[in-house]
Amino acid sequence: MTETVAVAVVLCAALSGYVLTGGADFGGGVWDLLATGPRRVRQRRAIATAIGPIWEANHVWLILALVLLFVVFPKAYATVAVALHVPLVALLVGVVLRGAAFVFRAYDSRRDEVQARWSVVFAIGSVSSPVLLGIVVGAIASGRVQLVDGVPVGGWITPWLQPFPVVVGLLTLAIFAFLAAVYLTLDTHDDREVQEDFRLRGLGAAAAVFTLAWAAFFLARAGAPRLWEGLWTSAWAIPFQLAVAGVGLGAIGALWARRYRWARDLGALQVVLVVGGWAASQWPYVIPPDLTVADAAPVRVVRTVLWVLAVGAGPLLAAYGTLLWVFRRRPTQA
Amino acid sequence: MTDLMAARSQMAISLGFHMIFAVVGMGMPVLMVAADALAAWTGDRTWEELAYRWGKGTAITFAVGAVSGTVLSFELGLSWPGFMAFAGPIVGLPFSLEGFAFFFEAICLGIVLYGRDRVPRWGHLLAGVGVAVSGAASGAFVVTANAWMNTPTGYTLGPDGSVVDVDPVAAMLNPSALGQVLHMVVAAWLATGWTVAGIHAWLLLREPGSAGRAFHHKGLAAALVLAVGFTFLQPLTGHVIAEAVAHNQPVKLAALEARWETGPRAAFTVLGWPDEEAEVTRWGLEIPGLLSILAAGDVNAVVSGLSEVPRSERPPVAVVHAAYQLMLATAAGMGFTGAVALGLVAWRRRLPDDRWFLWLVVATSPLGIVGIEAGWTATEVGRQPWVIQGVLRTADAVTPMPGLPVPLAVFVGLYVLLGLACALLLRRQFLHAPDAEVAP
Repeated sequence: MTETVAVAVVLCAALSGYVLTGGADFGGGVWDLLATGPRRVRQRRAIATAIGPIWEANHVWLILALVLLFVVFPKAYATVAVALHVPLVALLVGVVLRGAAFVFRAYDSRRDEVQARWSVVFAIGSVSSPVLLGIVVGAIASGRVQLVDGVPVGGWITPWLQPFPVVVGLLTLAIFAFLAAVYLTLDTHDDREVQEDFRLRGLGAAAAVFTLAWAAFFLARAGAPRLWEGLWTSAWAIPFQLAVAGVGLGAIGALWARRYRWARDLGALQVVLVVGGWAASQWPYVIPPDLTVADAAPVRVVRTVLWVLAVGAGPLLAAYGTLLWVFRRRPTQA
Repeated sequence: MTDLMAARSQMAISLGFHMIFAVVGMGMPVLMVAADALAAWTGDRTWEELAYRWGKGTAITFAVGAVSGTVLSFELGLSWPGFMAFAGPIVGLPFSLEGFAFFFEAICLGIVLYGRDRVPRWGHLLAGVGVAVSGAASGAFVVTANAWMNTPTGYTLGPDGSVVDVDPVAAMLNPSALGQVLHMVVAAWLATGWTVAGIHAWLLLREPGSAGRAFHHKGLAAALVLAVGFTFLQPLTGHVIAEAVAHNQPVKLAALEARWETGPRAAFTVLGWPDEEAEVTRWGLEIPGLLSILAAGDVNAVVSGLSEVPRSERPPVAVVHAAYQLMLATAAGMGFTGAVALGLVAWRRRLPDDRWFLWLVVATSPLGIVGIEAGWTATEVGRQPWVIQGVLRTADAVTPMPGLPVPLAVFVGLYVLLGLACALLLRRQFLHAPDAEVAP
């Protein structure tokens, strides 16, 4: 059981990791779509430079979460795969189109119309995937993802096409866009004008995050009762709410005051708090209302997974750190 | 089309698509790092150019391989929730390790592609080696999971049909794993070698006497070394698989060989068309006793035929046999061109650039990929009607979701689009020899 809990914690960490890295890459696509004004070419170039070397590696967090889910919680994985088939297929289409379009744009002709064509595909994928990812998460939190005799209760569409999951989807998009804008302010420190563009975009995204977070919170009462209960009535609810609000306001304040490093760190902390809060409020359920952390794989499997994680994590994090460090530095020549 | 058939088709198309990019993504880094090392060693600018161009080729194929692979990791569950719920905990270990290897590969590739002017020369070379090694490793891990579907080990079934006593390491090291891994990694290298050799041969034919001649000639030479060397190694790894299949999956072996009757001195059938109604194979060329020798090392060894099992437990024999024959034919074709190349090199002491030879290389170049697709068709269809041999039927693993032809159509459209775009881009990368244009 202890081992299973450890895996559940790693699973949350992987999801947070995906939001903080891959999520920001999606957010970059949003700003690519919304690039306007006289500096739109410079904005787009800054986005492409920031995403280019790292977006493929960032996929690993999603794959890690997925693999942990099907290895350690196979029933939960199968339930999600059956009940949320439709949004997951749509999500995949977006992931494929976006990744492919980004690479193809980089290697295709420099002619404007060719570039514009790939940009449209890249933008569509960058917007649709976060919304669908949020819908999947929102649907799980709502407690409507349930199989009886192997078939989803409520059909193949109704359980996830509800106000609460859809608002969580939009909230996810807003969070990704906010993170991307904050990161981009740091990436563009040598171009003050573009940096200012991203600062304003970040503030706009923050307003959207705030509005949508409140909307999701109130919709949770009817749409995700277990989550509502966790966020409202449990012992840790009020301190947690204050912490999230404080960190969120801190991130916005830092962005306002052009303290970009603080904005990044507080923004990242807020994401970890939100993912952690979601997980804690539906504890011990993996997929409410039927599957809990007790519905896990045999303990020997869970132990092997933990060993692999423990042994593999060191060298890999070192390599990942090297990658990020190499591309934070200025080129040694040229 | 039934939902089951739609789900199987979607899986076949997704795997068939991913496979091409995964294979080239495993092979390209080997060429890339070889060129990079040669550039460092000889100081020759041409190798530098090749390393740069092949790096771009690696980037495009790796990206498409990565997205199509991410999609597959979802699709396994979306199409086959029954399979994943059963097998997930057992084959999770190779999937986790594959995740690590992929991550490491993506990191190293990021440094190779974007870090040329940011890391020292040796660091760049080391990152290239990292790409090649982790690419091969991630392919190997995924193949062990597939091997487990052929020979499921490392668990026992409890009284209620649930999985108990799981030993993930034993599952990964199942009896089919070694042969399949060796065969696949070698196949990926040789197929990439032939593909790249064909591209450079084609460009030499198209622009004889151009400034890019030295570039393409060196590219052709390096690619041919990879292609020919591993083409001649491949029959050995194939034999390791054949013995495992003969021992563990007699029905699959019978389908591969289109053999109906059980008996000693079993013949190896070349070509031929199996008639599943009459249970005979027509128009085949039989080499008496060879199958018994290949399968068991003894001409008198008894080899089972398809008639041993009821029809409900036989795979679609015609597809399996035809795919297997196609794979062998591609092997023969590559072996022929490889022998010609070796003969010419031995005779003239340099790599030939006669036009007929270049045309021969161009004609051979798709055979590696075709052979891989055919081989996977043979092994996957040959395992039917089981998704896990003898344990879980494919029909019992499919999702209950109705309307599966719809996602099938979506994915077919997506893959056609991606394939075309990727082909056009790679064409752009290689079409123009680096005569005027110099790598930035």
